[in-house]
Amino acid sequence: MNIVVLVKQVPDTWAERKLSDSDKTLDRASVDVVMNEIDEYAVEEALKVKEASGDDSTVTILTMGPERAVETIRKALSMGADKAVHLTDEALHGSCALQTSYALAKVLETLHYDLVICGSESTDARLSIMAPLLAERLGRPQLSGARKLTVGDGTARIERQTENGYDVVEAALPAIVSVVEKINEPRYPSFKGIMAAKKKPLTTLTLADAGIEADRVGLASATSSVESFSNRPPRQSGQIVKDEGDGGSRVADFLASQKFL
Amino acid sequence: MAEVLVLVDHLDGVPKKVTYELLTKARDLGEPSAIFLGAPGQSAAALEGLARYGAEKVYVAESEDITGYLTAPKAEIVAGLIAAKSPVAVLFPSSAEGKEVAARVAVRTGSGLLTDAVDLAADGTATQSIFGGAVEVRSRVSTGTNLVTLRPNSTPPVEQSGAAAVEQLTVELSDSAKGAWIVESVVEGKGGRPDLGDASVVVSGGRGVGAADGFALIEGLADSLGAAVGASRAATDAGWYPHQHQVGQTGRTVSPQLYVAVGISGAIQHRAGMQTSKTIVAINKDPEAPIFELADFGLVGDLFTVVPALTEEIIKRRG
Repeated sequence: MNIVVLVKQVPDTWAERKLSDSDKTLDRASVDVVMNEIDEYAVEEALKVKEASGDDSTVTILTMGPERAVETIRKALSMGADKAVHLTDEALHGSCALQTSYALAKVLETLHYDLVICGSESTDARLSIMAPLLAERLGRPQLSGARKLTVGDGTARIERQTENGYDVVEAALPAIVSVVEKINEPRYPSFKGIMAAKKKPLTTLTLADAGIEADRVGLASATSSVESFSNRPPRQSGQIVKDEGDGGSRVADFLASQKFL
Repeated sequence: MAEVLVLVDHLDGVPKKVTYELLTKARDLGEPSAIFLGAPGQSAAALEGLARYGAEKVYVAESEDITGYLTAPKAEIVAGLIAAKSPVAVLFPSSAEGKEVAARVAVRTGSGLLTDAVDLAADGTATQSIFGGAVEVRSRVSTGTNLVTLRPNSTPPVEQSGAAAVEQLTVELSDSAKGAWIVESVVEGKGGRPDLGDASVVVSGGRGVGAADGFALIEGLADSLGAAVGASRAATDAGWYPHQHQVGQTGRTVSPQLYVAVGISGAIQHRAGMQTSKTIVAINKDPEAPIFELADFGLVGDLFTVVPALTEEIIKRRG
């Protein structure tokens, strides 16, 4: 079983995230970066599938991003993934989600995979559409929003969170799975894992290496463009009162004043 | 007049409020047509409402295959309609499924896609609120058909009668649209409350609620307001309330008219999921809780005494 995990490096949610004034893309250079949180769950789930299915399985990390994304790749390797592919090229800068899915699909087509696992969303763009985009591009089934994954007999089965419960969804392998953080508890890299990660194979690909046409990616040919943006002043806090035994009716008074009652 | 397609979000045929919001918004861009996709017979329950909110045409596709497989059949039908009708834009609800269908349609039609819009201008420019509400962005689709997913509660639904002329579509799906089949649908939790994503009012409980039992208070307050129930990640991780109610960065994003945060400190992950709410009320015993920084009205007090009193007061005033 070959499992590919998509891992993204994102600005730390706790950091102040900004769009750059020059080209209106996310400023990734001046902030602290981390592995996208839900991707840790994706890596963990891949390792669990590997452990359950036997020794001949491999877990490959696939990351698209600038050079410094190597730090995030190393973290995934230190958790226990076997090898990694890093697609990095200046020309990818400013790619929209559709272009990103195109580039990732091109790389995935060169890898032998039974399962692609990604997190349900990244904390920076928060589109949560990478699994359906890749499923559509690769012509593979989409198993998205998994809170539970079972793999066996050439099929994958998930529990997919819905608005009022969950659906059980099944597909033949190879399939594209996205996971929510309910699915497991990611392991911490061990010291041994961290040391081993330094020696694990990491393949770096440019656009040319991956056979991706430069005019299919990047800001200039993005399928949508930012016209303008404004940094909103932080929300002003309103009236804060202390409960003096009449708290319930104070809140009710406010709701009435806003015509909610 | 240019046609604007709206994907109907419905429960067993009955359109959700967001559908009417999309139809209302679509009128700014052109002549709205609704796309109804569901199981056989379901559209009967939708037509009256779609006519009342201005749908001139209703494209109806009904088949067990549409509901039996995950998202791909819907995308295939919508993409086919785009090819046949060349609409100026297609509006989708910003639900998990709405975004996934839109994503597949974007790939199929070579179009750009803007998700989670909180507003849409007549010229097709979408407004999005990003980085936990810190930045507001105006963007345009620059390739193919203008595809936009719009968050519930982005615009008040306004009635305007439409012809709602039905055009039946033949459903012939490719094999690749049948790749992921739904084995069963399980309903969890209690019914009867509005859906979190769609609700005008949301009451959420957090760590301060203290235990699963405590959520009875949250539910009581929610019911007095006709609200949906949300929960912070601390509360769902602790197993106090089902995960699908989680509001925040790794859960649902809501932007109701009124958001009541009870016993929620307001960590940035939570704020990312509710910051675009129109009015925010916070009840928390810690006066330093960051949730108070964005509350329009904050009450510093013990939720176990305040919430029951508030619930009683609301019931009394609402008669």
